[in-house]
Amino acid sequence: MTGIGKSFLGVRVLDGVDLEAAAGEVHAVVGENGAGKSTLMKILAGVHAPDEGTIEIDGRSVAFGHPIEAQRAGVAIIYQELTLLPERTVAENVFLGREPVRRGLVDRAAMESATGELLSSLGEESFGPRDLVRRLSVAQQQVVEIAKALSLNARIVVMDEPTAALADHEVGLLYTLVRRLTERGIAVLYVSHRLREIFDLAHRITVLKDGARVATAEASSLDVATLIRLMVGRELDSYYPPRAADPPGEVMVSVRGGGNARLRGIDLDLRAGEIVGVAGLQGSGRTELAKALFGAEPFTTGEMTPCRPRSVREGIAAGIGLVTEDRKAEGILPHQRVRDNALLVARAIRRSAGTPAIERLLRRVRLNPPRPAQEIRLLSGGNQQKVVLAKWMTVAPRVLLLDEPTRGVDVGAKAAIHELMRELARDGMAVLMISSELPELIGMSDRIVVMRDGGIAGELPSGSTEESVMRLAAAS
Amino acid sequence: MTQQLKLRRVAAAEGSFLRRLSADQPARAVYLALALLIMLGWLLFTLDGGRFLSQENIVGIQQRSAALGIVAIGQTLVILAGGLDLSVAYLISLTTLVAAEIMAGAGANVPAAIAAVLAVSALVGLVNGLIVTRLQVHAFIATLGTALIIRGVLDARYDGPAGSVPASFRHLGYDRIGPLAVSALLWAAVAVSAWLLLSRTRLGYRIYAVGGNTEVARLSGVRTERVMIAVHVLCSVCAGIAGLLLASRLGAGTPTAGTDGGYDLESIAAVVLGGTALAGGRGGVAGTVGGVLLLAVLDSIFNQMEVNSFAKDVVRGVVLVAALAIYARRRRTA
Repeated sequence: MTGIGKSFLGVRVLDGVDLEAAAGEVHAVVGENGAGKSTLMKILAGVHAPDEGTIEIDGRSVAFGHPIEAQRAGVAIIYQELTLLPERTVAENVFLGREPVRRGLVDRAAMESATGELLSSLGEESFGPRDLVRRLSVAQQQVVEIAKALSLNARIVVMDEPTAALADHEVGLLYTLVRRLTERGIAVLYVSHRLREIFDLAHRITVLKDGARVATAEASSLDVATLIRLMVGRELDSYYPPRAADPPGEVMVSVRGGGNARLRGIDLDLRAGEIVGVAGLQGSGRTELAKALFGAEPFTTGEMTPCRPRSVREGIAAGIGLVTEDRKAEGILPHQRVRDNALLVARAIRRSAGTPAIERLLRRVRLNPPRPAQEIRLLSGGNQQKVVLAKWMTVAPRVLLLDEPTRGVDVGAKAAIHELMRELARDGMAVLMISSELPELIGMSDRIVVMRDGGIAGELPSGSTEESVMRLAAAS
Repeated sequence: MTQQLKLRRVAAAEGSFLRRLSADQPARAVYLALALLIMLGWLLFTLDGGRFLSQENIVGIQQRSAALGIVAIGQTLVILAGGLDLSVAYLISLTTLVAAEIMAGAGANVPAAIAAVLAVSALVGLVNGLIVTRLQVHAFIATLGTALIIRGVLDARYDGPAGSVPASFRHLGYDRIGPLAVSALLWAAVAVSAWLLLSRTRLGYRIYAVGGNTEVARLSGVRTERVMIAVHVLCSVCAGIAGLLLASRLGAGTPTAGTDGGYDLESIAAVVLGGTALAGGRGGVAGTVGGVLLLAVLDSIFNQMEVNSFAKDVVRGVVLVAALAIYARRRRTA
């Protein structure tokens, strides 16, 4: 791709970007949200047409008017949000839009056997071509996406944040898959925020910033600090804000023997001024714990003070807020304005906040630029998350529960959210943070609660190693 | 050896067929409900001293449900693709008139009348499809709009029944072959074609894809607009076929044939009763046929028990809401 430029509604998103990928190479594309990575990838996949610049594949110039043309040219894209149909089978998804036909009818047997072969060539035996996609885990669905790419005879596979939704132990499986692709001579363009993955996988790295290419370099010639500096244009000397100097204050919420269908024997105290990290594998009950404390999926047994919320409204009334894991589905109303999103909770409990208050809040959460009248879907993931945080700050909760608060958020916004969390704790809030990213958990938490099989497996002090957390989380 | 292989393949094929049927849980549920309802009807009639499963009653159920059944098949296709068609009732009225006026009582005009009905209905479907895809108007409003336009035409041109249907064409509505009504056979043929379309053709697969998630379908290279247009045309053609059937039964074109039958909302009710998701992407023809039969058997029981029409509607409403509540619950717990 040479000199790619693109504007949306007069805003220049990409400006003269060059990118190349060789067969068998993993080429990482990094940059903060809003740097133009996704747009660049969508241009390559034929979703958007570039305003200027050219794309060449095998030395031939191509122009895509529709995703199907990019597919035919050998470009497959695996999106951040998986693009599968949950109600259809694996085979139906793999061959969607290109079902094999015999005598005018879809050749189901051929489709299923071809899918079976693809899956076994990827070393996948845990599910088959006839399984409904709805019944598969996120990692398994990713395998389906890759099988789909292979069935297209893709020469270039674009992966947009492929690990965003994976549990830690599933990431290793993805590495194996990526390496299998490169062994076949496929060029992989790998978009990710997770720097460790990039250094694990990539041969070359291209850094985008504000729609322009900052650098392309061999991965071996870069280190994490240099890469971060290239991405944000400044040194992040301390990745995490300093911990509070004072010991934590009074107990804001206390649970004894809390349990429900997914949780058992939860004993937990959250104190003013502290950030408690929650670790655990996917399915260990992390999210369920937050939802139980909040009242969305209430505890059915056990004691909780000041009260055991039986509903979300009771949870909010008790001064508890929850920032959910799935921002798109549970956190924002995409077509409403920033202001209305920020006022959602306040309005629901009939407490109104004036416009100046909202603007102050939006500045305090470091929304950049703070435009309350903009539709929230037009914001980057990081800015959306800041609005979600502002939404809770309007009602000043005593306890704030954060489920994967920095998922799908760029490095700059991540640092801002971390600072804000510390600030809120310092002002006397009890903060609970669930995260799959161990460095974040260790860097931010004053103590770490590790969950396993719906219960609390143990607690670790601040400064524990990743190994000790993993050992506790995965012990059988 | 070959024998064995073949046997195994047959077994595998059967396995897949059974799997597919049992995977379609809502359809199974609606047939279970249907069986229970038939038993209940039988019980009530036996206690009453009558015969529920008389040939007369069975044929009656078929004949009364055939037109709704055909419309509901078309509606299933649109709903599966994520749309909705509110124009079918007025279109049915219009096509009874087109049919009866062209036939004008002469058997020789029947082929021309059928061709005209199919052409008119396909045209209406095409207009619906184009409004939805090109003008980006939601199907609810788009088809409501065409419904109002057709009503305007009907109100302006007709005060009452018009045209007449020759005796030869009336066989369609009234003849029977043993316990099977000819109209029900027509319905069955439409249903089987739609089933084949959905389960064995590319268009069918794409209908599920577009209804499941339009953006996913588009990014997989499906031309989603064509699919939407196709389902609207097919749905309207089904309404046209139902119009022919009604013309045959009524003997003339009637400007209120479609609305009297409430075919717009009733067909949507039958489709969702059969377990097809109103948002699209999940469900199928089998469930819809079950849904239509369930409504028809319920009607038949009410008619013969001489229940008043108020109670009838209340029970139908309760059944519909209860069925959807049960589906929602099953999906949550599954």
